[in-house]
Amino acid sequence: MFKKRTLGAAAIIAAAAITLSACSSDSSTPAGSTGDIDATTATSAEAFGGVDALVEAAKAEGQLNVIALPDNWANYGAIKALFEEKYGITVNSADPDISSAEEIQAADNLKGQDTAPDVFDLGTAVALASTDYFAPYQVSNWAEIPDENKESTGLWVNDYTGSMSIGYDSNSVPEPTSLEDLLGDDYKGAVALNGDPTQAGAAFAAVGLAAVQSGGTLDDFTPGIEFFGELNKAGNFIPVDATQATIASGETKVVFDWSYNNLAVASTVDGWKVTTLPGAAYTSYYNQAISKDAPHPAAARLWQEFLFSPEAQNLFITGGAYPVTLQAMTDAATVDTDALSAIGELDGELVTPTEEQSEGAATLLASDWAAAIG
Amino acid sequence: MTVATAPVVASDAAEAGSHKNRSRRHPLSAPRPRFSLGRLLPYLALTPFAAYVLIFLAVPTVLAVATGFFTEDGAFTFANITGIFTPTVLGTFWSSFWVSAVTAVAGAIIGALVCYALLGLKPDGVIRTVVNSASSVFAQFGGVMLAFAFIAAIGSQGLITVFLSDRLGINIYENGVWLYQVPGLLLPYLYFQVPLMIITFMPALEGLKVQWAEANATLGGTRFTYWTRIAAPVLAPSFFGTLLLLFANAFSSYATAAALISQGSQIVPLQIRSALRSETVLGRENMAGALALGMIVVMVVVMWGYSVLQTRASRWQR
Repeated sequence: MFKKRTLGAAAIIAAAAITLSACSSDSSTPAGSTGDIDATTATSAEAFGGVDALVEAAKAEGQLNVIALPDNWANYGAIKALFEEKYGITVNSADPDISSAEEIQAADNLKGQDTAPDVFDLGTAVALASTDYFAPYQVSNWAEIPDENKESTGLWVNDYTGSMSIGYDSNSVPEPTSLEDLLGDDYKGAVALNGDPTQAGAAFAAVGLAAVQSGGTLDDFTPGIEFFGELNKAGNFIPVDATQATIASGETKVVFDWSYNNLAVASTVDGWKVTTLPGAAYTSYYNQAISKDAPHPAAARLWQEFLFSPEAQNLFITGGAYPVTLQAMTDAATVDTDALSAIGELDGELVTPTEEQSEGAATLLASDWAAAIG
Repeated sequence: MTVATAPVVASDAAEAGSHKNRSRRHPLSAPRPRFSLGRLLPYLALTPFAAYVLIFLAVPTVLAVATGFFTEDGAFTFANITGIFTPTVLGTFWSSFWVSAVTAVAGAIIGALVCYALLGLKPDGVIRTVVNSASSVFAQFGGVMLAFAFIAAIGSQGLITVFLSDRLGINIYENGVWLYQVPGLLLPYLYFQVPLMIITFMPALEGLKVQWAEANATLGGTRFTYWTRIAAPVLAPSFFGTLLLLFANAFSSYATAAALISQGSQIVPLQIRSALRSETVLGRENMAGALALGMIVVMVVVMWGYSVLQTRASRWQR
C-alpha cells in the first residue's frame, strides 16, 4: 500500500516535472512575471498578472501582425504609429486594402507561419460568421463597453463606427440635401460608391442608407437598389471604386462612404466637404478580434488593451469615427472634446442592420444589384 | 493558334519521325531493340514541361474545380453548380461570351487586314520591323497598366475626354460613363487583341508562296480566284486557330476588367473575385470553383466548334 502510494506520487512529480520543463522550454517568460503563462489562452490581462506584465510579455515578442488596416482608414496610421512608439513593438501591416472576408482567408492560409495575422478588424457580418477563428479576450475597461456592443466572452468587440455620409467636391457641385438632389443634372457622372455593395461593407451601407432615406426600412433594401438604378439611368452614377486618388483627380465628385473616410479625404483634398442627410443615419460598428492562431499572442492582447484605451479611442474620434467607449469617456471627461466637436455628435435616428437584415439584404443585392446598375 | 494547332503539329512530327525511323535509322535488316534508351530519350526531354503543366496547370485546375462540388464544411453538394443557372450568373456568362467573341472577331479582321497591308512592304523594311516588334510588346500590354492608360486617356477626367469637352464641346459620356461597364472593355481588349493577331497570323501570310500566284496567273486565274481558291483555303486553318486564341485570351482576361469595372461583377472572372472576397454576401467561396468549371465548359464547347470547323477547313489537305 505504502509502496504503491510513493510510486503514484513519484509518477505525479515526474509528470509535473516533464510538463513544467516543457512549458518553460518553449515559452518566452518575461522577467518579473509570476510563473508560466500561456498567452494564447489568456482571456484578460489578469492572466499575465496585470497590464504591466502583459506589456512585458508583448515587448518580449517584439512584433505585431495587423491586416487590412489602411493608414487613412479611421486614423489607423496614427494609431499604429503610437502603438509602436509607446511599446517599442514593430507593427507589421499586411494587405491594407483587402476585405474582411479576405482577412479570415489570410488567417487560414498563413496558419502556423509567423506572418499570420495576430488581430482582425472586421465588419459585423464576417465577425459573426467567423467566431471559430477568434480567441476570447476582455480588456481592462471591459465594463465601459456597453453589453450590446460585445460578445459576452470577448470573442469580438465593437470598436468604432462611422455614419454613412456623402462627401462632395464643393468646387464643382452644390451640396446635396436629399437623395433626389443627386438625380439632378448637376451631378452628371459624379456619384460613386466605395466598392461594390455585393462585396464591400461601405457600399452595402450606402445602399442601406438610400433605402431608409427613401422611406423604406432595413428589412428591405429594394428602395435603395432602385435609387442607384435611377441614378445610373440618369447618367449620374459612376461605377468607379472611389479612393483618395479618384477624388483628388476629380473623377468621383460625390462619394457615399463612412464619415471617417470622407473626413480623411477632406483633410487632404481642397474643397472636399462632408455632409449627412437629415433623417435616419446609418451606422455600423467595426469589430476587434484576436486570432486564436496568433503568432504573437501577448502583443495581440496588448493591441486590444491599447485600442480600447482612451488614448486610441480619442484617435478614432480625430479620424472621424465614433468609438465604442464614447459614453464612458464623456462621463469620465477623458474624451478629446475638441476632436469630438470637430466631427459633430451623431444625431438623428440611428439605424444598424441586424444579422438577419444583413443576410436578407445580401441575398437581395446578389440577385438584383448587377441588373440595377448594368 | 499555339494551343489549338499543337495536336496537329505533334501528330505531323510523330508521323515524320516514325517514317524516318523505318526508312533511315533502323534498316529493316537490323534487329529492332524493344526498349532502347534512344527511343525513350525524346520523352525524357518532355519531362520538365510535363511536370510544369502538371504542377502549375492540371493540379491547381482540378483542386479549384473540385471545391465547386463541396460546401464550406466539406460536404458534397450540387448547390454551387445549380447556382450558375441563376439569371445573374448566366447574364455574366453571356457578357463574358459576347465581349470575347466581339473582340476576337474584330481583332482578327483588323489584324488580318494589317497583315495584308504589311505584306506589300519589304520584309526587312523599317515599317514592317517596327510594326512587328511593337505588336509583340502591345500584345502583352494588358492588365492594370492598360486599364490605367485608358483611364488616363479617356476616363471621365482623362486627357482626351477633357480636351473633347473643353475644346470641341463633345461629351463622350453624355449617357453615363460607359468605360467602366462591359462595353468599356471592348476598346482596351482590342488594344491587345489586334497586335496578338498580327504576330500570330503574319507568319501564315508570309508562308504564301509567290509561285502559287504565278501558277494561278499562268492558268488564267484572276486576283479574285487567287484569294478565294488558293490563299483563303491555305490560310483558313491558321485564321480560325488564331481566332480561337483571341477568344480564349479575352475570355480569361481578368486584371484589365478588374481595374476598370468595380460595380456589378459583370463578367465571369469578376464573379469569381466577388465570390472569393465579398464581406457582405458570405459563404460563396466555393461558388468560385463552380464558376471556373463553367468557364472551362464554355471553352470546351468553343474548342469543339473550332475542331469541327478546322476539319472542314483543312479537308483539302488530305
